[in-house]
Amino acid sequence: MSALAPPPASGSRRADDAGDAAAGLADGALGRVAGDGRGETGGPGRWAAPGGGEVDDEQGTSLVRGALRRLRRDPTAILGAVLVTLFVLVAIAAPLIAGYQPGRALANSGITPSSVPGPSEEHPLGLDPSGVDLLTQLVYGARQSLIIGVVSTVIGLFFGLVLGTLAGAFGGWVDTLVMRVVDILLSIPSLLLAVSIAAIAGQNGTSVMIAIGAAQIPIFARLLRGSMLAQRGSDYVLAATSLGLRHRTVVMSHLLPNSLGPVIVQATLVLGTAIIEVAALSYLGLGAANPATAEWGRMLVRAQPRLASDPWLAIAPGLCIAVTALGFTLLGESLRQALDPKGRR
Amino acid sequence: MNRPGAAATGATEPLLSVRDLEVVFSARGRADVRAVDGVSFDVRAGQVMALVGESGSGKSVTSLAVTGLLPARGVRVGGQALLRGRDLLTMGRRELDGLRGSEVAMVFQDPMTSLNPVIPVGLQITEVLRRHTDLSRAAAKERAVELLGRVGIPDPRRRVGEYPHQLSGGMRQRVMIAVALACDPALLIADEPTTALDVTIQAQVIELLASLVREQNTAMLLITHDLGVVAGVCDEVTVMYSGRVVERAERRELFARPRHRYTSGLLASVPRLDGDRGARLVPIPGTPRDVVPWSTACAFAPRCPVADDACASGDLALVADGPAHVHRCVHPAGDPTATATSATSTSTTPPTTTTGATS
Repeated sequence: MSALAPPPASGSRRADDAGDAAAGLADGALGRVAGDGRGETGGPGRWAAPGGGEVDDEQGTSLVRGALRRLRRDPTAILGAVLVTLFVLVAIAAPLIAGYQPGRALANSGITPSSVPGPSEEHPLGLDPSGVDLLTQLVYGARQSLIIGVVSTVIGLFFGLVLGTLAGAFGGWVDTLVMRVVDILLSIPSLLLAVSIAAIAGQNGTSVMIAIGAAQIPIFARLLRGSMLAQRGSDYVLAATSLGLRHRTVVMSHLLPNSLGPVIVQATLVLGTAIIEVAALSYLGLGAANPATAEWGRMLVRAQPRLASDPWLAIAPGLCIAVTALGFTLLGESLRQALDPKGRR
Repeated sequence: MNRPGAAATGATEPLLSVRDLEVVFSARGRADVRAVDGVSFDVRAGQVMALVGESGSGKSVTSLAVTGLLPARGVRVGGQALLRGRDLLTMGRRELDGLRGSEVAMVFQDPMTSLNPVIPVGLQITEVLRRHTDLSRAAAKERAVELLGRVGIPDPRRRVGEYPHQLSGGMRQRVMIAVALACDPALLIADEPTTALDVTIQAQVIELLASLVREQNTAMLLITHDLGVVAGVCDEVTVMYSGRVVERAERRELFARPRHRYTSGLLASVPRLDGDRGARLVPIPGTPRDVVPWSTACAFAPRCPVADDACASGDLALVADGPAHVHRCVHPAGDPTATATSATSTSTTPPTTTTGATS
C-alpha cells in the first residue's frame, strides 16, 4: 500500500504547482528524462508510483506527464490503481496465496446437502459446494479473469487500432467502408455477439476471449478514428507533410502516437467491462471447457442453490467481480479526466 | 553546401518563380473567397524575399499553395510556381514529396505546436534525413547533432534525445529550423518564423535564418507581418493586401520611398529608432475586413487617407516606378514624412467607400 501512496508532499493538500514545476525544470536542466516512457505501458502501479517532479507544461506538449501529475493527486485514481494492482498481484501470485490446487475437491470435506463447512484453520474462507478450498478458487478465478480480460482487450485493441487507423489515416472511401462495417458490429449487443460467437466457436476459454474481444473492436476503431481526424489538422502533421515524409511515416510516427490517449483510457475501462463479461459468460455456462476451471461466474452458479443457507459462497465471488470492475472503472475514469484538455487546471 | 551553378548563373535566374498564383476557397452555399489573386514574384538563390501583409492578406495561403499543403477539397489553385523550371502546382504527389523537405523546406509559425510532442527532437531531424538521403541511422544521428549545433543549440549531443516540451520556445524554433535545413534545401519558406517568440529571441532567430541563407546560398521566402523583421534581413520586399501584390521593391528603396499608401501607412505605424521619440505613431484606420473586391476598386481604398473617385476603377494594374519598383496605387505617396502628416490630417475624415463587401 505504501508503495502506491503518492509522494508525501502531494497526498492531502494540493501540492503547489510552482514547487512541482521548479523541481521539473531542475530535472530538465540535469538532462534526466524524467519518467521517460512512463505513460506508455507497464503495470498499473506505475500510475501512482512516486517520481521526480515532471516538467510542468500546460501548453499541451506534455499531455502524458501532466496527466500523471494530476493522477497522483487524485484520490479516486489512487484507489482505482490500488484495487487494480491488488487484483493483478493476486492473479500473478495465485499459486503462492492459494495453498491448494484449483478445482480439486478435497476428500472428507464434510459437505452435506444442507451445509458447507465454514472457515477453519486450513481453509480461511471455507470450502465451496464441490469441496474445493474457496480462497484457492477465488485466487485462481482472479487469474482466469485477468488472462481472459487482458487477452480479449488486446484482441479488441489490435483489430480496433488497425481498422481505426485505416479509417482515420486514409479517409475517403476507405473510411466509409470501414466505418460501415464497424457500425454493423456496433449494432449487435455485445453480450449477444459474445454468446453467438461462443456458441459457434464452441465452449472454451479461447472462444470467450474472441467473443469479448470482437465486441470491443468497434469501440476502439471509432475512438481512434475520431481522435486521428482531430490530429490530422494539427500543425506538426502539416509540418511532417511539408517535409515530404511518406504518408506511412506521417501516420505511424506522428498521427497514431498522438491519437492514442483516448484509446488508452478506453482500454482501461474496457478491461473492467471485460471482467464482468467473462463472469457473465461463465455464469451462462459459456466459460472454459473444463468445469473444474476456477471462474468467478461459475462459482456464482454453483452457489445459487445454497443461497439461503450459505450466502457467503455467492457473496465472495460477487464481491471479487464488483471490486475488480470498480477498480478498473475508477482508474479509467480518472485517466479520462486527467487526459481531458478541458478538465485541466 | 556549395550549390554549383547558383553563383555562376547570377542573381538574374530566379530559383522560385511564382506566376499569377490564384487560390480560391469555395464552400457549398457560400460565395467563393479569392484569397490569393494573381500574385507573382521571384525568389533568387542567396536572397531573402519578404512577403509582407496583415492577417488575411493571403501571404500564408501563398506559401501553403506553393508547397502543395492546402487541402484538396474546396480549394482551387491556379497559376504557376516554377522551381528551377518545374511547376510545383501541377506535379504529382510522389514527385512533390521528393522535393518537399529536400529542395523546399518550411519553417512554421508556432514552434509549440509544429513539433511532434511525443518524439524526441533528434528523431524528427533524422526522419527527414532518412527519407531524403542515403545516410545510415548512425550517420543521420551524427548529422542531427551537427545540425542542432549549427542552429545554436548548446550541448546538442544531449538535446538530440530530448522531447519538444523540454525545450524553450526559442530552442524549439531552432529545432524547426534544423529540421528544415537538414537536407540543405535550395528554397526555405519561413512562415512568420518569429511571431510566437519573445522579442529578444526573435532577433536571434532572424539573425540565424539570415546567416544560414547567406552561408548556403539558399533562397528564402520570408512571410511576415512585421516590417521590423523585414528591415534587418531581406533583400526584396513584396507587400500584399487582400490577396494581391500592392508593392514590390528592393529593401532600401521600399523603406526610403514607399509608394503604395498601404506600405507608407505600415511604415508610419512602426516606431523608428532614428525618429523623434515624442512623435505619435500613426495607425492605419479600419481593419483588414474593410475591403472592397479588387475588381471594383482599390481594396485598400476604404482605409486609405487619400482615396478618391479615381481609386474606384476596377483591376488597377501594377505600375513600374523606377527600376525594380512596382506598386498598384493611384495616388502614390511622396516621401514617408509627408505621408505621415497627410495621414494624420485626413484620417479624421474617413472615406465613404463601402466596407466589408466580400464578407
